[in-house]
Amino acid sequence: MSQDIINKVTPTFFKEHQESIYQALEDKHTTIEDIEDADPLNTKMILNMGPQHPATHGVLRLILQLNGEVIEKTKVDVGYLHRGVEKIAENKTYQEFMPYTDRMDYLAPYSNNVALCTAVEKIAQVEVPERAHYIRMIGCELARISSHLLWLGTMVMDAGAVSFFIWTFREREKLYDIFDNFGGHRFTISHSRIGGVANDLTEDCMAMIKDFVSDFPDELDGWHGLLDRNRIFIDRNEDVGVLKTEDALELGATGPTLRASGYAYDMRKVSPYARYDQVDFEVPTRLEGDNLARYYVRMEEMQESIRIINQCLDKLPKGPVRTDNAKQAYPSKDEVYYSMEGMIHDFMMTDTGICPPEGAESYHAVEGPKGELGYYIKSDGTGHPWRLKINSPSFHNLQLLERILDGEMVADTVVIIGGVDPVMGEADK
Amino acid sequence: MDLDLTKEFQKVIDGLTENFSEKVLNVYQSTGDTFVLVNPTAIVEICTYLKEEQNFIYLADVFGADNFTAENRFEVIYNMASLKDQIRLFVKVQLEENEPTVASVTGVWKSANWYEREVYDMFGITFTDHPDMRRIYMPEDYEYFPCAKSFLFLVFRAPLNCQIQPLTSNRYESRYYK
Repeated sequence: MSQDIINKVTPTFFKEHQESIYQALEDKHTTIEDIEDADPLNTKMILNMGPQHPATHGVLRLILQLNGEVIEKTKVDVGYLHRGVEKIAENKTYQEFMPYTDRMDYLAPYSNNVALCTAVEKIAQVEVPERAHYIRMIGCELARISSHLLWLGTMVMDAGAVSFFIWTFREREKLYDIFDNFGGHRFTISHSRIGGVANDLTEDCMAMIKDFVSDFPDELDGWHGLLDRNRIFIDRNEDVGVLKTEDALELGATGPTLRASGYAYDMRKVSPYARYDQVDFEVPTRLEGDNLARYYVRMEEMQESIRIINQCLDKLPKGPVRTDNAKQAYPSKDEVYYSMEGMIHDFMMTDTGICPPEGAESYHAVEGPKGELGYYIKSDGTGHPWRLKINSPSFHNLQLLERILDGEMVADTVVIIGGVDPVMGEADK
Repeated sequence: MDLDLTKEFQKVIDGLTENFSEKVLNVYQSTGDTFVLVNPTAIVEICTYLKEEQNFIYLADVFGADNFTAENRFEVIYNMASLKDQIRLFVKVQLEENEPTVASVTGVWKSANWYEREVYDMFGITFTDHPDMRRIYMPEDYEYFPCAKSFLFLVFRAPLNCQIQPLTSNRYESRYYK
């Protein structure tokens, strides 16, 4: 029996890798009653899903052992998008590395920029001006909405409603336009800087954000009206992919997936960064732990994000957007172009960068749209990190799939993956 | 060793030093985070104690680091959070350069499964009693551990078993026209 699975498949690439993953599937303990060797109707099969399956949100590969339509056990194979960004970081200055973080969770680049910048600011003890904090919070919450909109569109499309995808993308398009005005890029905006942000918001951009936050709640209400009492949607999502609170904590679930399983753990409340302690918001939590609960949690999170943005726009203080200490942050372009010192400082920041104290270690986490996004940095006193570890939420949530897919129907696989909402750029690093 | 610990941290550190006086090697703080350096042979019992007595029920991450020194070259750092006290503790073990091995904590937190696989994949640190010790990002056929400092950046690497053909005077002839 032990060689059974391996005999059934004949790998053509990375032979050793393929054999080991099938062997791991074979060895996996499963609680489902096994139909032992006798299988006269030939109902058992091994299904290879991915890495290029359109519904797996990127290059995610699942190996499923099926008994008829029921998944008996699952193995997840990740690493098809592994680019080694942690190794790249060791050979770059902190600011040079920042655009790479955009390519991690590419659905919410702003959160990633802020995660790196706040981590570096913590280890190098850089003070950030008040206005920059509020601009960062606006950017982070817009990024959260953007990420949740993509999740909503694709998850509902996975459940069968294709036109929904187009409606959520219409709203995302507005967000792209805002980000274009915000920092000059539609997608990977790299707007945050160590010590502040790249530039102040323009009047035009403020008007666009205000338009968006006044119109978006109506859109959201419309979607609630369409989905909340939709028989097909509820049947596809209720009691699917259930994860209990204890299991969620034991297996390291994070973000909306953990909160939908009944534990309100949010880095914005636990260890407030930027000025999240100055604004008022709730942490949406559900107890059921199924896919429908994850839907409600993310929908409510979008509402909370709008609340946060509104408060930030009211409170937005006047002042500089980047720290004025030229040893810690890039000087403004006005200084660079019109003064000798400015140009020297600009050169030094590009060449050497900011140098945290030798031997310092720090960990700082922000609440990204997918969950706790943390950066551990160990410095050797130069401008390059000695070790930079990215604690990426999608990686944690993908590990759950090996548990929650077991015992589900094969048709629910894509809905569950959609509900967990992994981004492979981040999971594979 | 002057530490500036809050009440919650003080309780944890006191508990650790009382119960594992021999095995806790060092406690230090760096930019606001608290690190506990422990003896690698005691990692499982210390983690069990921290989870069951000190409420560190959530393991946020396990990651490796390479000091590139002759002694204690590799490090494994366990990033755990106490949800009750809302604090975060980093437990660290240091391992030797040759065949770095440490016991797996998958028996304490199930989530350690993938994290330890990642450490193995990147640094070659093996975890004993791990249920599924395979590489996670790189394919099983890969022969290097890319995050170790001995793996140089921007160097082309041929597989170890690759037969490098000697260059002949007329390489077109040897390669294409035979």
